[in-house]
Amino acid sequence: MDKKEIKAIIESLLFIWGDPLSVSDISNILEMEEKEVKKILDDMIDEFEINRRGIRIIRIKNKYQLGTRPEHYQWISKLTEKKESKGLSNAALETLAIIAYKQPITKSEVEAIRGVRCDKAIDTLISKNLIRELGRLDKTGKPIIYGTTDEFLRYFGLKELEDLPKLDDLNSIVENMEE
Amino acid sequence: MGYKIVLDTFEGPMDLLLHLIEKSKIDIYDIPINEITEQYLDYLSKMGEMDLEITSEFLLMAATLLEIKSKLLLPVTKNKDDVEQLEIEQADPRYDLVRSLVEYRKYKYASSKLRDFEEIQSKVYYKPKEDLSDFIDEDDDLIEMDLNKLITIFKKLMLKGKINDKTLKLNEIERDDYTLEECISIIKNKLKKNKILKFYELFNCDTNRNEIISIFLSLLELVKSKYIAIYQKKNFDEIFIKRLKEEGEEING
Repeated sequence: MDKKEIKAIIESLLFIWGDPLSVSDISNILEMEEKEVKKILDDMIDEFEINRRGIRIIRIKNKYQLGTRPEHYQWISKLTEKKESKGLSNAALETLAIIAYKQPITKSEVEAIRGVRCDKAIDTLISKNLIRELGRLDKTGKPIIYGTTDEFLRYFGLKELEDLPKLDDLNSIVENMEE
Repeated sequence: MGYKIVLDTFEGPMDLLLHLIEKSKIDIYDIPINEITEQYLDYLSKMGEMDLEITSEFLLMAATLLEIKSKLLLPVTKNKDDVEQLEIEQADPRYDLVRSLVEYRKYKYASSKLRDFEEIQSKVYYKPKEDLSDFIDEDDDLIEMDLNKLITIFKKLMLKGKINDKTLKLNEIERDDYTLEECISIIKNKLKKNKILKFYELFNCDTNRNEIISIFLSLLELVKSKYIAIYQKKNFDEIFIKRLKEEGEEING
């Protein structure tokens, strides 16, 4: 099978699946090495980019998904009545930021940093599948420990957790702002 | 009803304090506690006037600020031997507060960064998955077992002819009770040899009703204490029991 054909098949698989599809699933279907498939997928991401296609291939860890370009939103939104997109509340976002950087972390550790209770924020984040319970800590009260999900990465357009903005950079931004 | 002023809302005392510090353009590492405490208390009283709920966290922070303020007012007694032992955090009563403020500020900025990402990503559309149900007859995913499924399997097991033959006759006195503790340790021993066991390997043909019940209870107990996990590849398939904890580790009842 030539490469062009393989790429075409992968594109159709991603289209049908809609949700993020893992490299291992694709390589099982194509009966090819995962490494090879991953290379082809990464090639495809570049090609879609170079050709300025209306659809992008988005990577979330080892999964791939088709999506539109954010810069086309102004046109897409004209297709329909504008819906008010409601983001996360500040409380939820703050809680999520702490969990993202400090995971695995317990609720009380988050609360210690924020200085307020976080039950509601944590419930919201769990119901939105942005965080999940990773287990329980083996100490008094067996507190639940939390971490972020793959959906978290997708929600913020990150490929990996490592793509989170570095806290050191943020600090220097803060310092600069103050000067 | 009196008219109300709109007051900025804050996520909590840390948020408020940070706001006051930034507004007054003060060096966070050298907070004039007197000034800030005053501003903080002022804000709380405004909140009170506006019937806003002042949660205990806000009051706790007020108390902390006042405590620091009073500590700063006290003359520092300098004992020569002590001075050397004093570390910075003990020397300056503001240390803990500053440290947690700096920490909080870090995540506050991180969250504003995430807000930007969220804004961009909210403009991306994905396609919903096609309806593939026609092609799928069975769910091939690894399904984590729950209580109901275990019950169903228990019933199935009880209905198995070979076990029915061995069920207890009434009035018959059985040998010593097959206790839960015994049963748990038997299962654990089996799992020490093999990390993964097939469910049916736990039962043999002379297993009686009491034993089956004990084994089921033990499994539930072990799942609860996260010693094992139970998996099934698809419906009606073999059930696997997998050991999670390391050998020799005690489970907590």
